[in-house]
Amino acid sequence: MFKPLGDAAMLVELGQQIDPLINQRVHALNFLLRAVAGIIETVPGYCTLLIHYDALNYSFDQIKVIVEEKMNQLGEMHPETGRRLEVPTRYGNASNSDIGLVAAAKNISIADVIRIHAEKEYRVYMMGFTPGFPYLGILDERLKMPRLPTPRNQTQAGSVAIAGLQTGIYPLASPGGWHVIGWTALKLFDPNNTAPFLFAPNDVVKFIPLDAADA
Amino acid sequence: MLEALEVSGVATFQDLGRSGYQQYGLPVSGALDWFAYQIVNRLLHNSQNAVVLEIGLGEIVLQAKRDCALAVTGAGFEVQNYVWTFPLWTSFYVRAGWTVRIKKIGGGNWAYLGIAGGFKTPQVLGSASAYLRGGMGRLIQAGDILESGTPSAELSKLVARNFAPQAAMPYSQTPTLGVIPGPQRARFNHTFFETEYTVSQSFDRMGYRLAGPAVQALDQTELISEGMTTGSIQITPQGQPIVMLADAPTTGGYPKIANVITADLPILAQCEAGISRIRFKEVSLEEAQAKYKALAQTAAKPC
Repeated sequence: MFKPLGDAAMLVELGQQIDPLINQRVHALNFLLRAVAGIIETVPGYCTLLIHYDALNYSFDQIKVIVEEKMNQLGEMHPETGRRLEVPTRYGNASNSDIGLVAAAKNISIADVIRIHAEKEYRVYMMGFTPGFPYLGILDERLKMPRLPTPRNQTQAGSVAIAGLQTGIYPLASPGGWHVIGWTALKLFDPNNTAPFLFAPNDVVKFIPLDAADA
Repeated sequence: MLEALEVSGVATFQDLGRSGYQQYGLPVSGALDWFAYQIVNRLLHNSQNAVVLEIGLGEIVLQAKRDCALAVTGAGFEVQNYVWTFPLWTSFYVRAGWTVRIKKIGGGNWAYLGIAGGFKTPQVLGSASAYLRGGMGRLIQAGDILESGTPSAELSKLVARNFAPQAAMPYSQTPTLGVIPGPQRARFNHTFFETEYTVSQSFDRMGYRLAGPAVQALDQTELISEGMTTGSIQITPQGQPIVMLADAPTTGGYPKIANVITADLPILAQCEAGISRIRFKEVSLEEAQAKYKALAQTAAKPC
């Protein structure tokens, strides 16, 4: 459960699957470890929490004792969610949109793809890949697609995409292996803003389809 | 204050890096060779987080706009100042108008140019480190003026100081690097620990892809993405190891066979593509942390 990742980080494994309850425990533990001496920063995963610690002043075992103590408090915690954010989305409108391909592969209409994707609320399970990229779950089984056989060299910023039971939004133009189904004008990452990231781990996200007329 | 007259290769400002944002997917960045970075500032009596110029893959020619004290550390470069050629790891005086050429000669990848007072450049999210993929900082180009802060002492007191790196940091192109087994070590056979690798041509501040025998996975289960760190060695589905470095993504979906220990990261960073012959050896966590502490103490001593 507590594994070293090199000599200055500890990986805490809270489960082995993508599961909302396990992920809530990850975020609850992350919350309890904020501003704890010896811990430099933390990175929530789907079912893990990576803890970067001050290895010049703390041993792995000392950090383990601190984390175990916090984990004992988890049972009593009421799982909190972060903010609720809406993402206005123009479906099918991104350059290189794969929405037609997804509809054909799943034998449903494009309108169905939009309805199924937009009807659910998603949680930011974790962030990574590029600055500000939210891994959102859990996508409806009816939209489950494999990754692209060959990643695209350039996926434009704001692209809303799906892969497996996940959906996400590309903050920056970057290579990408997910199927793109829409686009948002929201800026997910702006290093010069005092709040540089639109999303935070554990936020709740709802996609709002825009009509072609709004686009 | 310096003016960049010629730049070939990659030159960016770096400091200790940007911490606190990894949970949002923002890498720490900072100098690839943390030891050379710390010593160059030590030689010039700069603050621990002073901004330096990281130079790789080519050379840079600079002209002093006023008298200054400089030092260059790292591996694989030499310094030509006015009419003299200097080794690295020495601080020296440069008069206004003189030119300094920092030139790659082989045996390493990265040089660190420090200036007494540190370079002055805007901070983004608490650090001056360039992170080009995220739109932070930029490549230094010919014609750029590099401003510097106020030196901590008279320049004459800051020059002709030197540091012999080999005892503390045995830079080598045939190193045996210490690693700690990673969380997914059990998925793989022993190939990785028993054979030699070199750095492939695919290397940058994000990470070094290694070339050598493919590492066989005994367990092909797809990993659920999780956090990773500088020095994490991911194995691709094709069995190719990639060592993650300063600008690497904060999370990854490939299994991690091992992690290069902090004390040996500078040696890895200086391993050249196609030339280096690298072996990896398992060490204990206690041994790795003791080595890191000893180096950090060495780097903190006045030169």
